[in-house]
Amino acid sequence: MSIIEKNLTELCDAVQKRELKSEAITKAFLDQSTRLNPKLNAYITMNEKALEQARDVDKKIASGAKVGRLAGVPIAIKDMLCTKGIKTTAGSKILHNFIPQYSAAVVEKLEGAGAITIGKTNQDEFAMGSSTETSHYGICRNPWSTDYVPGGSSGGSAAAVSARMAPMAIGTDTGGSVRQPANFCGIVGVKPTYGRVSRYGIVAYASSLDQAGPMGHTVQDCATIMEVISGKDVRDTTSAQEAVPEWSKNLTDNLKGLKIGLPKEYFAEGVSDDVRKVVKNAIDIAKAAGAEIVDVSLPLTHLGVAVYYLVATCEASSNLARYDGVRFGYRSDFEKSPAVDVDDFYSRNRGEGFGSEVKRRIMLGTYALSSGYYDAYYKKACQVRRLLRQNFLDAFKKCDVLLSPASTTPAFKIGERIESPIEMYLNDIYTTSTNLAGLPGMSVPGGFSKDKLPIGVQIMAAHFQEQKMLNVGYAIEKSLNLTREVPNVVR
Amino acid sequence: MIDVKKVAHLARLAISDDEEKTYKAQMSTIFKHFEEIASVDTKNVEPLITPTDMKLVFREDKREVVLTVEEAMKNAPEKSGNLFKVPPVVG
Repeated sequence: MSIIEKNLTELCDAVQKRELKSEAITKAFLDQSTRLNPKLNAYITMNEKALEQARDVDKKIASGAKVGRLAGVPIAIKDMLCTKGIKTTAGSKILHNFIPQYSAAVVEKLEGAGAITIGKTNQDEFAMGSSTETSHYGICRNPWSTDYVPGGSSGGSAAAVSARMAPMAIGTDTGGSVRQPANFCGIVGVKPTYGRVSRYGIVAYASSLDQAGPMGHTVQDCATIMEVISGKDVRDTTSAQEAVPEWSKNLTDNLKGLKIGLPKEYFAEGVSDDVRKVVKNAIDIAKAAGAEIVDVSLPLTHLGVAVYYLVATCEASSNLARYDGVRFGYRSDFEKSPAVDVDDFYSRNRGEGFGSEVKRRIMLGTYALSSGYYDAYYKKACQVRRLLRQNFLDAFKKCDVLLSPASTTPAFKIGERIESPIEMYLNDIYTTSTNLAGLPGMSVPGGFSKDKLPIGVQIMAAHFQEQKMLNVGYAIEKSLNLTREVPNVVR
Repeated sequence: MIDVKKVAHLARLAISDDEEKTYKAQMSTIFKHFEEIASVDTKNVEPLITPTDMKLVFREDKREVVLTVEEAMKNAPEKSGNLFKVPPVVG
């Protein structure tokens, strides 16, 4: 098996056993990225020091020094996460020249465990999108069929892993942005419980929803990364105190005694036949592994998208107020036409620096928060959010995990939905509620459509119950044995 | 009808007349969808902001150098010594 077809766990083992050098591994993934990036546009920026850092790890290992569990293995980082000394754009023109002076907590932890940051992946601008078509740095393509979107907003991370341009990537998930692209690109994507992973150094979109998570080839790989990146961080007041379990060591495909709930609202009319078939098969696998299947209801599901977009855009309108062109980021040219007043100065920097989807969301949020509308929109949405979370808490009295489609259809074609914002928003119906309730969720590959597009299965668990969810994913993965499937572009 | 120009001003976003037209149409469609939440009875329901039950923990309030002045100035579009520089503006 070639280096790039190995998964993260195999690569970590090979480095620790001195069977492979970090330089060889890093070079293999860099070569693959050089070959495929012109086609897929999965990366915005490569880490020019990656090989040098790999050689440093090799030297350390040769000297017999103790190294971390991820030593020498390259990981791709979504461009939402600050990386010290490496340009971080969040997919936006407004940060086209921004070089962070510090790294996000997630990046610190990964590098602290010995990982090499290989590059910064493409994404929807400020993570606002479900297709990676709103990036200022060009659309990203699905490795399984380049006419299709890779999903979003972490589309670059999903495409990079799927096309073996990195063995693992970090994404962020505000309304499905890890799970949906993982689903569209045939990989595993995990959104941990809100608060598990520090948000310090992650470009803020909607702070009460944002959560970073791993995107890799296997459940084991993702569980390993979750162990590294989770844990209390005093720099994020919402980071959780809970102890971090050893998920990767406790994985089991024996689901005896586990109750899996099927939320009936997630199997509504819009679900395509291909998706239905794949999810049904996953349910059969879980049953065979010993799980008991129960029917549950989440009656407010149909309002999830509305509540999500109200909460997210309100928070975004506030979070994105910091981009004003004074201290960092894009500034308009005031040489030829001076600003008339300070409002004009800010407005031109922001009007030119933000793309159309970001401006639309800032305005949606600004309007919903404005005098006279606050109670009917923002406050009301937060109240419905509590009821929506209660739906889940009630469901978890009857079962341990929930299983559902991750989206109604496999990947859609580039350009198909971008002209209609509402159609694009409704695409997120099965993923946004998880964030509103703060629950962990994941997508695990379940099969393919007739056209050979990957289809994932979504699994959700109660707060801090990631192990149960990961075990179901593990059982599905073991039974299907799809982790070595590669898109044609890889070879 | 949403006064898009006013909203854009509140958000400090310069938008063109064409953008105004597009946003007006799109925003009214989107808000029509959002208004579905009005049908839910939320009497006496406390708004939910942070989705997990967690105690707010404060860090120790001690002095430390997180960024040096030089580092903090590094991404400035324009600077003058240790100051961020902006074009002359009035108002």
